[in-house]
Amino acid sequence: MSDAAIENRQIPVNKPPASVRIQSIMKAIPMRIVLIVIILIWFVPILGLLVSSFRTPEAINNTGWWTVFGNIVAADWTLSNYIGVLYADFMGLAFLNSMLVTIPSTVIPITIAAFAAYAIAWMDFPGREAIFVMIVGLLVVPLQMALIPVLKVYTANQLNGTYLGIWLAHTGFGLPLATYLLFGYISGIPKEIIESAHADGATPWMSFTRLVLPLSKPSIASFAIFQFLWVWNDLLVALVFLGTKKENALVTTRLAEMVGSRGQDWHVLTSGAFLTMIMPLIIFFSLQRYFVRGMMAGSVKG
Amino acid sequence: MAQISSKNNRLFEVFAATPVRIAVSLIVPVVTFIVLRWSFIFMRDSEASKFLIGIVALTIGVGGVWVLFAATNNLVSMLPTRMRDMLLPFVFVGPAIAVLLFYIVFPALRTIFLSFMNRTSTEFVGLRNYEFVFTDPQMLIILRNTLFWVIIVPFMAVALGLIIAVMADRLKPGWEKITKSMIFLPMAISFVGASVIWRFVYYYQPAGYEQIGLLNAIVTALGGEPVAWLIIRPWNNFFLLFIMIWLQTGFAMVIQSAAVKGVPNSLLEAARIDGAGEIRIFFNVTIPYIKGTILTVMTTILFMVLKIFDIVYVMTSGNYDTGIVASRMYKEAFIYRNFSRGSALAVFLFIVVIPFMIRNITQMRENRR
Repeated sequence: MSDAAIENRQIPVNKPPASVRIQSIMKAIPMRIVLIVIILIWFVPILGLLVSSFRTPEAINNTGWWTVFGNIVAADWTLSNYIGVLYADFMGLAFLNSMLVTIPSTVIPITIAAFAAYAIAWMDFPGREAIFVMIVGLLVVPLQMALIPVLKVYTANQLNGTYLGIWLAHTGFGLPLATYLLFGYISGIPKEIIESAHADGATPWMSFTRLVLPLSKPSIASFAIFQFLWVWNDLLVALVFLGTKKENALVTTRLAEMVGSRGQDWHVLTSGAFLTMIMPLIIFFSLQRYFVRGMMAGSVKG
Repeated sequence: MAQISSKNNRLFEVFAATPVRIAVSLIVPVVTFIVLRWSFIFMRDSEASKFLIGIVALTIGVGGVWVLFAATNNLVSMLPTRMRDMLLPFVFVGPAIAVLLFYIVFPALRTIFLSFMNRTSTEFVGLRNYEFVFTDPQMLIILRNTLFWVIIVPFMAVALGLIIAVMADRLKPGWEKITKSMIFLPMAISFVGASVIWRFVYYYQPAGYEQIGLLNAIVTALGGEPVAWLIIRPWNNFFLLFIMIWLQTGFAMVIQSAAVKGVPNSLLEAARIDGAGEIRIFFNVTIPYIKGTILTVMTTILFMVLKIFDIVYVMTSGNYDTGIVASRMYKEAFIYRNFSRGSALAVFLFIVVIPFMIRNITQMRENRR
C-alpha cells in the first residue's frame, strides 16, 4: 500500500458520527438532483445535434436521435451529411470566407486601439480627456444606430459585399471596447518603466512597440478571443454588409439561409450547425481561461 | 528682434497646429482606405483564385495598418522637435478617432435625423415614425414581447446562474469545474447555431407521426398530444427567450461564482451559529452581500437582450407574434427598405441605454478624480 493511501486512512480521525454524516448526505441529495437536471437541459440539446449530424437522413426522420443509444454499433452512422454540406451547400467556402473576414476584423481594431490607448494613457495632448469620455460613452451605443447610414455610404462607394467593407465595419463597432479595455491595462503599467525608457532615449514608437505591446499581451489575448468569437458568431453585420449570396456568405449567414430554404432537412442543418461551432468550440476547450476572461471583458460591448 | 520672430513663430504654430493635427490624424485611415479599396476592386475584377485573393487580402488587411502607422510615425519624426511632439500623439490616437467618428458618431446622428424623415428620406414628417412605433397594433405586440425578453431573460439567467454557482461551490473541485464548463459551453455557440439546436428540440410533427423533436417526444411519451411550440401564442415567445437564458446563464454563473466565493466565511459561520438554515443564509447573507454584482450582471444581460435579433430571425422571422424591437428593426430597414421606420426603432433601442451611458460616464469621471 502506498504512503498516500495510508495517510488518507489516517486523516478522518475527527470524523463526525455516522448519523450526522448520513443526514448531511440526505440533505445534499435534492441539491444534486436539481444540479443534474440543469446540466442535462444544458447539454442534451447539443448532444442531440452532434449525434444527429452523423445519422442518415432516413434515420433522422424516422426515429428520435436518442434511440441510437439502444444500439450504438448498429445505428445508421454516416459522414455523408458533412461531405454534402461542405461541398453541395457551400459550407466549406463559407468557412474560408469566415476566416478571411474574422482575422482582419480582429487584428485591425486591436492595432488601432492599442495605439490610441497608449496615446491616451502616456502622451500629453489637448482633448485627451474628451476622447476618453467619448470612448466610454460609445461603449453602450447599440450597433443598430450605425447600420443604416453606413450601408448608405457603402452602397454609394461600391463597398457593399466587399471584405474591406465588413472589416472596417467590425473595426468601427469593436473599437470603443478594444480601446477601453487596452487603456485600462496600458495605463496600469508602472510609470517608472515608461519614464526610464524615455530617459534612455526611446521614442514613443519604440516604447510602444518594444515595451508596452509585449507587456499588454494578456489583455490583448483576452480581447482578441472575444472579438474573434464575436465576429465569427455575428449574423447581423454580415447580413447587412455582405448579404447571403453563396460566394460571399459566412458560416452564420449560410446556416441562417439554410434554415430558411431547407428548414426540414435535419441532416444538413445539424451537420451545418456543428461546422459553424467547431471553431468556437476549439477555442473554448483549448484556451478556456483566456476564453472566460475574454467573455467577461467583452460583456460591456454595445 | 529675435524675440519677436520667435513669438510670431509660436503664433504661427498655434494656428497651424489644428489643421495639421487633423491632417495627421486622417493620413493613416484615408491612405489605408484608398489603397485597400483600389486593391479590392482590382481583385474583384481579376480572375484570381479565391484562395490567392484571400492570402493577398489578409496580408494587406493585417499588415497594411501597421505599415501605415509606421510610415506616418517616421514622417512626423522628421519634423523639428516641437512640431513633432505636438503632432505625434495624433499619429497614435487619430486613426481611432476617425474610425469612431465615421462608424459610430456620425452614423448615429444621421440615424436620429432619418427617423424624422419619410420613407425615402426626402421629406420631414415629424414624429410620424415614432407614432408608428407606439401605436401600430403589430408594434404593440412587439413592444410587449420585448418587455417579456428584457425582464425575464436577465432575471432568469441571473437567478439560475446564482443557484448553480452556489451549488457548484459545494462540489469537489474537479466536479465543480466540469459542471461550470457544461453551463458555460453555450457561450461559445453563435445565436444562429443555438437557434438550430433548439429548433430541433422544439420540432413538431402532427399527432400520429414519429416525434423526432425531443420536447414533443417527451410530451407524447407522457401521454400528451404533440404541441407546435413555435406557433402557440403568446407562449411561443417564452420558448424563444428560453434560448437566450440557455446562452447567458453561463456568463451570469461565472461572475456571480467569483462574488459568492468572496462572501467572508466569518459571516456565514456567524449565521450558522445563530441557527439559520442554508436557504435563509442564501437569502439573508449571500444575496445582500453580492447585490452589486447581481445588478451589474443584470444590466449587462439586459443590453445584450435588447440588441439581439438573431434568435427571432432564425426561429420564426418574427411571425406568429414573436417579433421584438431589434428583429423588427432589421426587417423594416433591410427587408422592407423602410429606412425611416428602421431608424426610429434603432433610436428606441438607443434611448433605453442612454441612462446607462450617462451613469458610465459619471462613474468613470469619479474614478479618475
